[in-house]
Amino acid sequence: MSMNPDRLAPSYLEQSEAVRARFERIRQREVILEVRNLGKRFSSAQGEVEALRDISFQIRRREFVCVIGPSGCGKSTLIRTLAGLESHSSGEVLLDNRPVDGPGSDRGMVFQGYSLFPWLTVKKNVMFGPEMNGRGGDEAEQDALTWLDLVGLSKFANAYPHQLSGGMRQRVAIARALVNQPRILLMDEPFGALDAQTRSKMQSHLLDIWKNIDITVLFITHDLDEAIFLADRILVLKAHPGEVQELIEVPVPRPRSPGQFSSAEFLATKARLEELIHPPMPTESEEDQVVKPRMIRFTDVDDNVE
Amino acid sequence: MGTIAKWFAARARLGAQQRTILGLGSFLLPLLVWCMVSYVPFVWHPKVVVESPGGVDYFQVGMLVDKAVFKDEVANMRAANLLLPQGKPANPIYLPAPHEVARAFYTAFTAKPEQKDLPWLHQSLWHSIQVIFWGFVISSVFGVPLGILSGTYAALGRLNEPFVEFFRYLPAPAFGALAVAILGIYDGPKIAIIVIGTFFQQVLIIANTTRKLDATILEAAMTLGTRGLKLLTRVVVPAILPDLYRDQRILLGWAWTYLIVAELIGTSTGITWFITQQARYQHFDNVYAAIMIIGIIGFGSDLLLGRLGRRLFPWDRSQDHG
Ligand SMILES: Nc1ncnc2c1ncn2[C@@H]1O[C@H](COP(=O)(O)OP(=O)(O)OP(=O)(O)O)[C@@H](O)[C@H]1O
Ligand SMILES: [Mg+2]
Repeated sequence: MSMNPDRLAPSYLEQSEAVRARFERIRQREVILEVRNLGKRFSSAQGEVEALRDISFQIRRREFVCVIGPSGCGKSTLIRTLAGLESHSSGEVLLDNRPVDGPGSDRGMVFQGYSLFPWLTVKKNVMFGPEMNGRGGDEAEQDALTWLDLVGLSKFANAYPHQLSGGMRQRVAIARALVNQPRILLMDEPFGALDAQTRSKMQSHLLDIWKNIDITVLFITHDLDEAIFLADRILVLKAHPGEVQELIEVPVPRPRSPGQFSSAEFLATKARLEELIHPPMPTESEEDQVVKPRMIRFTDVDDNVE
Repeated sequence: MGTIAKWFAARARLGAQQRTILGLGSFLLPLLVWCMVSYVPFVWHPKVVVESPGGVDYFQVGMLVDKAVFKDEVANMRAANLLLPQGKPANPIYLPAPHEVARAFYTAFTAKPEQKDLPWLHQSLWHSIQVIFWGFVISSVFGVPLGILSGTYAALGRLNEPFVEFFRYLPAPAFGALAVAILGIYDGPKIAIIVIGTFFQQVLIIANTTRKLDATILEAAMTLGTRGLKLLTRVVVPAILPDLYRDQRILLGWAWTYLIVAELIGTSTGITWFITQQARYQHFDNVYAAIMIIGIIGFGSDLLLGRLGRRLFPWDRSQDHG
């Protein structure tokens, strides 16, 4: 791992006693998800694309791990592979030490787009998982109501998804995934389409849920603040092909609050992420070259805005 | 912005009142044109109806003659110093005025048909509706499931769609003679023509609708533990139901267009038989009434089905203002 030479002892690596102890405790827990040398190639009409190369990491029980990386680095491919929606070309994905084969209710997933079933009411959406897994109607309904209560949407149990706001829909999607009591919750930019205010509420809400139930979370985002605010550890990917660049232990202590956005640990971590994702010496990526606009002046020479 | 400018703003939404006014207008405009042509003597009116023959020996009261012929005869009579014929502008027999068609509408249901062998209009209609109904039901029983399966399972789709695609270019009426040979001369071949005309389009359209289903919905269901046939019955089918319903409405409209051809096959029956008989006796007012009633039944049933659809699928947003 290359380190910036003119910054000695980067402070994102310094952890307070409490934080260090917490990571120590996490390391004692059992491994829920293990990814070993995972590789994924797509063969498309334009030829082969290597989306993921040699990805390895472990996630332990009740850990909250975020994945960030530049656009197109394979974040979605990674999470879809873990969910079993995409097959992998090489390596292994182990859930509780058993290889993953196809999608299953032991791995819940929340998508960025609204993936609720539009023909079912909110309650029926949440009941869907239990019913598919052979639980009876009454039991499924009780579970659904409990989880709707947990995400604060009891009042909307009989509404249809199109009657809800974006934030509420994602809360239903979270409840729908959690009611199955999966071992891990996979989230692919779940708040990406929400406005800033709703998004920050949802982040706090998600942390509350996570604290109260036995769930491990793998969360994809391209928002650095979101990643630092939520995560125990952040997996930073680089693009073309998608490879692990660094797995950062976030030194910001828990419990988290929005007040910490300006704390020293937070800023140090953010600086490090910026450095990794937007390198200081801008080596132009292929994409930048392709989309670089050519500026032509359309206004009068004297008509300046600056 | 002026009212007119507002109405012509691209893709602007119309208010309820505007929609009603414009919707009525869409019917009133053609009616207005028809009234103009029928009641304003100097608009079109290429014929003259003879009111008194004067000195023209072959003219009779009520006879329709070309304007030019009438003019010639007037000139002839004047030259021969005979009594001038009298007449007023008229339209050809095949264009009755709105009030005549309206009257025909009424009498078709109230007065016994003049000719003994002619069925009542409602009897003809009922027969036609039965033919359509069975044609559409038989086509749907096979076409809908096949379409859904083809759209869900790529292999199944590939196995039938190229052939279906080819077959749909074969005009259904071309199978008329064959259908008669196989199914006899009564309703069998008529229903068969409607089935042939509907089925192949149906498979392709419904397969396409099924394929347009958002993959995320399916993937979400899979991550919730749905697999196998349940994916089809609990996810694909309910998800596409509103679109499927819309497709069926459109296909039903097409089935109506095959009706007239279908009814000419074997022994002519139903509304087509009614229309051809009335035309033979030159009762064009009845012909128009019958044609219009097809339109009214088709359009009316579609409106009803549209209403029903909004009831059945309250979650379907694309039916708002549909
Ligand atoms: N089905 C596919 N077929 C071919 N190539 C694909 C396919 N899916 C993804 N890719 C390629 O794999 C790479 C990674 O895509 P992916 O969607 O995982 O990126 P991402 O990090 O999620 O991007 P974003 O930040 O835009 O969501 C991209 O180069 C993409 O073009
Ligand atoms: Mg993505």
